[in-house]
Amino acid sequence: MDLDTIISTLQAMIRFATPITLAALAGVYSERAGVVNIATEGMMLSSACIGFLASLYSFAAFGQAGPALALGLVAALLAGLLLALLHAVVSIRYKTDQIISGTVINILAVGATGYIYRAYLATGAPTSPGAFPYLSELPGIGLLFGLLEQIPLLGPILFRHKPIAFLMLILVLVTHYVMFHTTWGLRTRAVGEHPKAADTLGVNVYWMRYVNVLVGGLMAGLGGAWFTLEQVGIFTPNMTAGRGFIGLAAMIFGKWSPIGALGAAALFGLAEAIQPLLQIFFRSFPYQFFSMIPYIITIIVLAGVVGRALPPAADGQPYEQA
Amino acid sequence: MAEVAKTVQAPAPSSGGAAMVWRVVSGLIVPTLAVVTALVLGGVVIWLTSGGFGAPGEATQKTLAAYQGLLDGAFFNERSFSETIVATTPYILAGLSVAFAFKGGLFNIGAEGQYFLGAVSAAWVGYALPLPPVLHLLVALAAGFIGGGLWGAIPGYLKARTGAHEVIVTIMLNYIAFLLVDWLVNSPLRAPRSSAPKTPDILDTAMLPRFFPAPDRLHSGILVALFAVVIIWWFLNKTTLGFEIRTVGANRDAARYAGMNVTRIFVMAMGIAGGLAGLAGGVEVLGLQHNLPAFFSAGYGFDSIAIALLARTNPLGIVPAAFLFGALRNGADLMELRSGASKQIISVVQAMMLLFVAAPAIIRALYRLRAPKDAVKEAPLSRGWGG
Repeated sequence: MDLDTIISTLQAMIRFATPITLAALAGVYSERAGVVNIATEGMMLSSACIGFLASLYSFAAFGQAGPALALGLVAALLAGLLLALLHAVVSIRYKTDQIISGTVINILAVGATGYIYRAYLATGAPTSPGAFPYLSELPGIGLLFGLLEQIPLLGPILFRHKPIAFLMLILVLVTHYVMFHTTWGLRTRAVGEHPKAADTLGVNVYWMRYVNVLVGGLMAGLGGAWFTLEQVGIFTPNMTAGRGFIGLAAMIFGKWSPIGALGAAALFGLAEAIQPLLQIFFRSFPYQFFSMIPYIITIIVLAGVVGRALPPAADGQPYEQA
Repeated sequence: MAEVAKTVQAPAPSSGGAAMVWRVVSGLIVPTLAVVTALVLGGVVIWLTSGGFGAPGEATQKTLAAYQGLLDGAFFNERSFSETIVATTPYILAGLSVAFAFKGGLFNIGAEGQYFLGAVSAAWVGYALPLPPVLHLLVALAAGFIGGGLWGAIPGYLKARTGAHEVIVTIMLNYIAFLLVDWLVNSPLRAPRSSAPKTPDILDTAMLPRFFPAPDRLHSGILVALFAVVIIWWFLNKTTLGFEIRTVGANRDAARYAGMNVTRIFVMAMGIAGGLAGLAGGVEVLGLQHNLPAFFSAGYGFDSIAIALLARTNPLGIVPAAFLFGALRNGADLMELRSGASKQIISVVQAMMLLFVAAPAIIRALYRLRAPKDAVKEAPLSRGWGG
């Protein structure tokens, strides 16, 4: 294996880790505030679909790929936000079991995106504006990234990316700072660990939970946009293929911390990135077994660490104000 | 043990006949309103996506045509009713699987994967293992149950031993099951000289008999499903083991304190749940398909959760809930044909039903119903990651 293969594999690792990390960040915001969120899968699927739909129709209307993709991204974020709002209302206001609420959203997403696909995308859809370009190909900041890519070894691995992948790396750092170095983060964690104590000290438990679940929805929306607007430029039903759930496993493996989640997501990303290599080396081995690797790793990781990784104490428990 | 049984079961017997009837009726109010509300909202979605505001008359006609088509397709066309029962059969077994796991405090999202493992096991026994008539069918059904049961027992064991949450483990096992069955059907079990990847046809001795001559497809799988409902109801309510499963589901710590082996109960509850879903796959192969193609079916995993919740995890309630879903699934094609509204709208309607059933507070607020006065604190269906 030569150096170029190693570099491009590590680059692909970060690329494939992007939606998984964003799903994990969605979980970190939501669960640090005490709301279990297994709806990230459905949120990402919906965002992928809605974002793609919006980019198609705005491309048809304006004829320019850049603005169309930008509008698609906005639509994807809004879709994530909307489903997060549904999850928040059902689980915070109506105090429904949060895992059931998340499952409902996942089912709703499969049905609704399937409906949209059949009604608007399967036949007679306008042409796609394509996908996001590499950062170095963007006007303005492209020059800077063109230079950064030239750094030996690390340059192509860290900077030869499209916008959402790079934004993901930034958001991991931002989330770490917000969660552990700001008042907001302290209050969020307090609400997730001991809502009653936080309430007594004047923290608005419901407000903190709503906002954090919604921020999580934005993260999932960005993760969904990665599939259609950055990675492939088309939408196919169920294309998220469990990445939202794998993201939750990454969050647990990373002990509900953003940087830990990135590390775990990188492991899953690597499992995907090496698949083409494995298929070349073991040509006669059925490909289905290589495709199982990320799912098997997820189970091993969960079985191996969950007992030792403690969730926020009030995670999953509705709060009833006295 | 007996002491605990007495104290936990004490509130169960009702005071009299009238009270009993009222309990049943009041229990039906929320699910019924949930179904009706979801169907109405589904109509609104069809109306809107058929250009509701632009051409209101046409959109209304289209919406009505959609629901008329749904009804005709589900009940009134030739053989529709048979086909609805055919569609109901796997739903009963898969819904029962999820409901059974809920009773033990476990959330089985893995019915789909267990279904496939059961289907492939039953198909293999059906074509590769020549046995005398009745015995062959029984062995093939048992293979379906065992195939799904082993696949289901894995998350039960992992949860009990390591704390790995069954929601994520069962979902991961679903993906692994798809890939595994895809490989099996494409390579080792593939029928020779067949253009599409599928297993060979099962032998006549393994087929579930049909009630009417072809082309009617109503098969005796429905009897297997109804028999399973009765057995599970009896098992949960009349046996010590069933009582232990319900106790673990209601309060794990109390169960452990009372000396129950929670690990064993978890593995058994998920194993039986997986077995029921596997039986659904087996019945579908032995009664309907007669072989297992690649990409055989989809959607049983999530639908079965909706059915279990609609039935409020009551085994007897599974039958009407599954019938409703079977009718919706069967009527969807004609609905699409008559109105042009994509049949995927049915999944949206089902998701809304599930939402309203899972959050009864929404339905109560919508129809200004009072919360039940004797609000018996229901056991939580599932918990956060901790337990």
